[in-house]
Amino acid sequence: MQLARVIGTVVATVKNESLVGRKLLIIQPLNKDLKPQAKPMVAVDSVGAGINELVFWCRGKEASFPFKRDDTPTDCTIVGIVDSDEHVCCG
Amino acid sequence: MILAKVLGNIVATQKNVRYENASVMLCQQITPQGEETGSTILALNAVDAGVGDQVLIVQEGWSASTAATGEPGAAIDSAIVGVIDYIDLLEDE
Repeated sequence: MQLARVIGTVVATVKNESLVGRKLLIIQPLNKDLKPQAKPMVAVDSVGAGINELVFWCRGKEASFPFKRDDTPTDCTIVGIVDSDEHVCCG
Repeated sequence: MILAKVLGNIVATQKNVRYENASVMLCQQITPQGEETGSTILALNAVDAGVGDQVLIVQEGWSASTAATGEPGAAIDSAIVGVIDYIDLLEDE
């Protein structure tokens, strides 16, 4: 999993059936100082995240496990919302 | 598995149900020499590792889910599965 900031939303009318009703968000992965690391990517939301929230996301096949239809085609899913920036505790 | 150092933890009230009762640790990948490298990652704590510990992180979903929650099939891709005592390396020639 990695930390990320939600920086946008994606609207796609034509999409895989299993993605119907799912929220697609643009996330920017962050490092320990909450500075960007790597490129932004598109994530499927499973916890009700919104713009500008600090979240963490899961990669790979496991990304589809939060959904009942576990054939949901995703390799990047938001699985938690960090309470606030101060709730990332170093040391 | 990768080597990493535990930097701290994160607090998230709203999260996937399978993360309940687990602690999410903030970790930095390190080289065998102990220098920071790569990216900052999050991993579930399956061995009671603490801040400052050098640890082993498995980055494969089935293993990570099983180690951290006792069952596979969770949206978990990384778990801390060991605390490193020391690493023996051949010296550079």
